[in-house]
Amino acid sequence: MTDTPMTNAIPAEAAAARATAQRRRLRLRWLVPTLYIIFLMLPIYWLINMSFKTTNEILAGFSPYPQRFTIDSYVEILTNPVWYWGYINSIIYVVINTIISVTVALPAAYAFSRYRFLGDKHLFFWLLTNRMAPPAVFALPFLQLYSSIGLFDTYWAVALAHCLFNIPLAVWILEGFMSGVPKEIDETAYIDGYSFPRFFVKIFMPLIASGIGVTAFFCFMFSWVEMLLAKTLTSVDAKPIAAVMTRTASTSGYELGLLAAAGVLTIIPGAIVIYFVRNYIAKGFALGRV
Amino acid sequence: MLELLEVEKRSGGAVHLADISLRLLPGTLNVLLGPTLSGKTSLMRIMAGLDRPSSGRILADDMDVTGVPVQQRDVAMVYQQFINYPAMTVFENIASPMRIARKPKAEIEGTVERVADLLKLTPYLRRMPLQLSGGQQQRTALARALAKNARLVLLDEPLANLDYKLREELRAELPKIFAASGAIFVYATAEPEEALLLGGNTATLSQGRVTQFGPTVDVYRRPNTLITARIFADPPLNVMAVEKRGAAFAPVEGGGRQIPVPPAYEGLADGPYHIAIRPHHVTLATTDGAASLPATVIVTEITGSESFVHLKTLGENWVLLAHGIHDLPPGRPVEIHLPLRHIMVFDADGASVDVGAVRKAA
Repeated sequence: MTDTPMTNAIPAEAAAARATAQRRRLRLRWLVPTLYIIFLMLPIYWLINMSFKTTNEILAGFSPYPQRFTIDSYVEILTNPVWYWGYINSIIYVVINTIISVTVALPAAYAFSRYRFLGDKHLFFWLLTNRMAPPAVFALPFLQLYSSIGLFDTYWAVALAHCLFNIPLAVWILEGFMSGVPKEIDETAYIDGYSFPRFFVKIFMPLIASGIGVTAFFCFMFSWVEMLLAKTLTSVDAKPIAAVMTRTASTSGYELGLLAAAGVLTIIPGAIVIYFVRNYIAKGFALGRV
Repeated sequence: MLELLEVEKRSGGAVHLADISLRLLPGTLNVLLGPTLSGKTSLMRIMAGLDRPSSGRILADDMDVTGVPVQQRDVAMVYQQFINYPAMTVFENIASPMRIARKPKAEIEGTVERVADLLKLTPYLRRMPLQLSGGQQQRTALARALAKNARLVLLDEPLANLDYKLREELRAELPKIFAASGAIFVYATAEPEEALLLGGNTATLSQGRVTQFGPTVDVYRRPNTLITARIFADPPLNVMAVEKRGAAFAPVEGGGRQIPVPPAYEGLADGPYHIAIRPHHVTLATTDGAASLPATVIVTEITGSESFVHLKTLGENWVLLAHGIHDLPPGRPVEIHLPLRHIMVFDADGASVDVGAVRKAA
């Protein structure tokens, strides 16, 4: 603002008062988001806080930070095969599931995006309705089916069961990204002489790379946090971390420190994956239709 | 040589192309001229092999290629949208068809350099297409089409998405580029002006039919039907329904007004006709050998060097294109003049009246 003496002279005091009011308002502007972030971060902080305490201290009452800092819980998890195999099992079936889901969904999404066929819209919508049923509905049929064909308690059991939910999701997200690529690029490639597979890998996939990343992320996350099917379809060999965690309740009372440390370690893979797709994640939540 | 024999394209109940037979010779530029939805793109897609015709055959150098997949057709295509491979550099974009054809490396580099030079892309070869301006992106697409050295090059309104200056610039270069190649060029456009600037041959399309095909200037000068004349006119053609009685045309809504029959058409039988005249032939000032009609100004559009005067004359909406600024207020009555030698005559069905035939009969 370029003040001339004329405009400045009369409301000098009023201007000063307004400025103070504005400063006061600015001073309070940080308050609401800060409270909100504290509210969101509190459970995570408390989990990390607990993970560095002994179980006795946790049970002793309210303590905002560890009185006796210990990493025993983490050492126990990373050295005890029962614990760390829980993580390895989870990661194995999650990765298998993500690979299957994306591989199967890519051509399916391409078909939905590029071709019109009888009932395509109905089929496409039906895919999404698969996500509307709670996973628990399918726990019993999967258990019986997998038991009878010898898939029970294998990585494939969980990975395939999760495909039921992840493939439709992957098709939806990928279709959105693919429809953002003009069809003329496909045709230009065919005219240039590209065969379909070569076009798809060399031209098309680089164009929807962010979409593939986001899709993989969503498959990873769903499979990683899903507990009911994973627990139901495994017993010993392929036991996921979520199932291992519930075990602490039944041994020597509640080993809360151990449980908290396991919780922290469960959050980490998700946080790492989110970091890589953070720029595209909104588009993923909108199923690629932003 | 590319030949289309009675090509038709239907989908659902709609007929997109009907009974199209064309014969395009190597080393020629062929313009497909028609308004939006007239079937230009449908026809191009069939020529390219992207779509199959519902019936009819396509011959390339006397070989039937009707069902041959697009990868095995020797064609190149440029779209109205700037279509390049965004994940490849401009160099790789231009080289891509040759890489697929497994051409030797030295040949690829030589061709890319030559084509890039022709299209002024040499400084941008290392860039990605999306870092370029629209004009440069379209040059890249053109370069890729030329680098393929295909026998048939299809250009579907390639300049329509460019702004005015770039369009003029690239259009001026195109005939040179076409001349340097022995390919068959097919160029779709909705603008009559563009067809005239490019020259070559023109096929006018209307509702999925080719109404006329021949050297561009011939089609412009001697349209065989009223439909062709209307397609090949911008601003729109002025048409009036008339009744020939003896040596004069009486406009149907003329209230006794008469237009002398132009000398070339004197032998015409009496009856209903349409007369047509291009907007730039109608004048406000009297000239020799012209018929006069009363008109009322509807609105005047001034571009600077020219003025478009929209008029109501004897119940028809006409346009008059005059040089300079003519600031006529709406509602002003004016007298307009139609030089007789510029009047085109069509019969009641819209077919052109053959001047030669009239002469012989007379």
